[in-house]
Amino acid sequence: MSKILILGEHDGMTLNPATLKCVTCAKEIADSQITVALFGADTAAVAVQAAAVLGVNKVLRIDRPENAHPLAAVFAPQIVALAVDYTHVFGPSTSFGKDLTPRVAALLGVPQVSDLMAVEGAYRFRRPIYAGNALVTIEADPRRTLIATVRVASFEAAPPGGSATIELRTTGASLPTHTRYLGAKSGSTDRPDLQTAARVVSGGRALGSAENFKLLFSFADKIGAAVGASRAAVDAGYAPNEMQVGQTGKIISPEIYIAIGISGAIQHLTGIKDARTIVAINKDGEAPIFEVADVGLVGDLFQIVPELERLVG
Amino acid sequence: MQKIMVCIKRVVDYNVRIRVKPDGSGVMLDGVKMSVNPFDEIALEEALRIKERGSNAEVLAVSIGVADTQQQLRTALAMGADRAILVQVDAAVEPLTAAQTFLALARKENPDLIFLGKQAIDDDANQTGQMLAALWDRPQATFASKIEIADGKAVVTREVDAGLETIEIDLPAVVTVDLRLNEPRYVKLPDIMKAKKKPLDVTTLEALGISRGQLLTTIKTEPPPQRQKGVMVKDVAELVAVLKKKGLI
Repeated sequence: MSKILILGEHDGMTLNPATLKCVTCAKEIADSQITVALFGADTAAVAVQAAAVLGVNKVLRIDRPENAHPLAAVFAPQIVALAVDYTHVFGPSTSFGKDLTPRVAALLGVPQVSDLMAVEGAYRFRRPIYAGNALVTIEADPRRTLIATVRVASFEAAPPGGSATIELRTTGASLPTHTRYLGAKSGSTDRPDLQTAARVVSGGRALGSAENFKLLFSFADKIGAAVGASRAAVDAGYAPNEMQVGQTGKIISPEIYIAIGISGAIQHLTGIKDARTIVAINKDGEAPIFEVADVGLVGDLFQIVPELERLVG
Repeated sequence: MQKIMVCIKRVVDYNVRIRVKPDGSGVMLDGVKMSVNPFDEIALEEALRIKERGSNAEVLAVSIGVADTQQQLRTALAMGADRAILVQVDAAVEPLTAAQTFLALARKENPDLIFLGKQAIDDDANQTGQMLAALWDRPQATFASKIEIADGKAVVTREVDAGLETIEIDLPAVVTVDLRLNEPRYVKLPDIMKAKKKPLDVTTLEALGISRGQLLTTIKTEPPPQRQKGVMVKDVAELVAVLKKKGLI
């Protein structure tokens, strides 16, 4: 039997949907028992949400003031203390999971498999390398705890319907004080979350300015979409970094991805390969984005986008 | 600030189109252009800027790789690193072994800061810096987009999914860098000449007391599935019609 510990991601109030994807991945391992660990100052509300996820057997609340913010150096020794009871430890391939899981793996002296995209066995997985331009099948030693991050774009969210037990847990781990959280700045928005949105409208350098990105926001709001950007657009200062889609930004899997004025560098395509339908709008008919697009339209985005917004109404 | 160690990796150049070997044993590397991992270049640039801002720290570039990795270390020296160490191996090492190796170098060199790129663009593992920080029992600041150093501490702005996060860490520490930290300088010809005279030491895993761990086995390598060729539409009306038919809007 595989006993899988999932490191739940949350903001103190809400369980991040990336955790639901980890549950789906863990369920694909035969005969698995799934525990979600929640670290925080007070995880009571989040624990109720995690317990209601179908497939979760147990939720561990590790509440202490030092856990108020997700600092890898603080969480890792506590996870190591819990890990003795598990065969696998999974985190999401989000900035939270990527920061945390290698620190846990190193403390345990075991390897990590990053970005699981398919389960072929309890210790055999597929993952992308070279920005998704090749896929490798990796086998890990079953005698060691396996640490992994789950590529969230590769799995559906686990549905509700569970009724896991919730347990308060303390660990004897001594925590470092060398790392201190100072604050966060997020471009809070009423739009859907880019990582989990069903519809995404994304803009590239051809938008020409931050001002022109408003064109995309307006259209996105009309169809209830999240807004993303290419690295070129972010580097040019047209959009904030949290909007970046691609190898080094967010890797997403919406139902529909509408790429506007994005040429389609390999690094960008890496981030959108799992989109169900890709729509490309670009004035250059030779742009590489058209090689992956399901539907393409060559033309001037400044005319097309307003017209599109009008016609979808 | 006495010393900054920068870990760099030799990887297939950013612009090379990757091809998988027909027998599934890996990707084609013969005759392919190799470069410094772009994130590691940003890491080195940051170290050089800290040095040039007046700290006058020694900048040490280190790498683990095949003999030809000396080329990438020479590039690092040409950019401005003071000296370099290559831990020569005959095949790629896993991130945990890399972290153990860098730890052995850190114990010898006692740097105040260790910089790495947040990931290498070949295996995209995004592990080595965090593992090194854990083994060294020191703070980590990953995905850095801004670094301010004062009084034995660093305040680091990190690029996280929700936006930007700021943490304070005590030095020595490990920092992994993200794309927007800086723009690396171009190497000038006289610097390349000068770099030839800078010290580049070669050592081995054995000399550092590291046994190569082979904890993961790669069974096969395959190309990703290709998307089916799409359709081109002539105008917005047709685009909307297609999307409506697919039930997408």
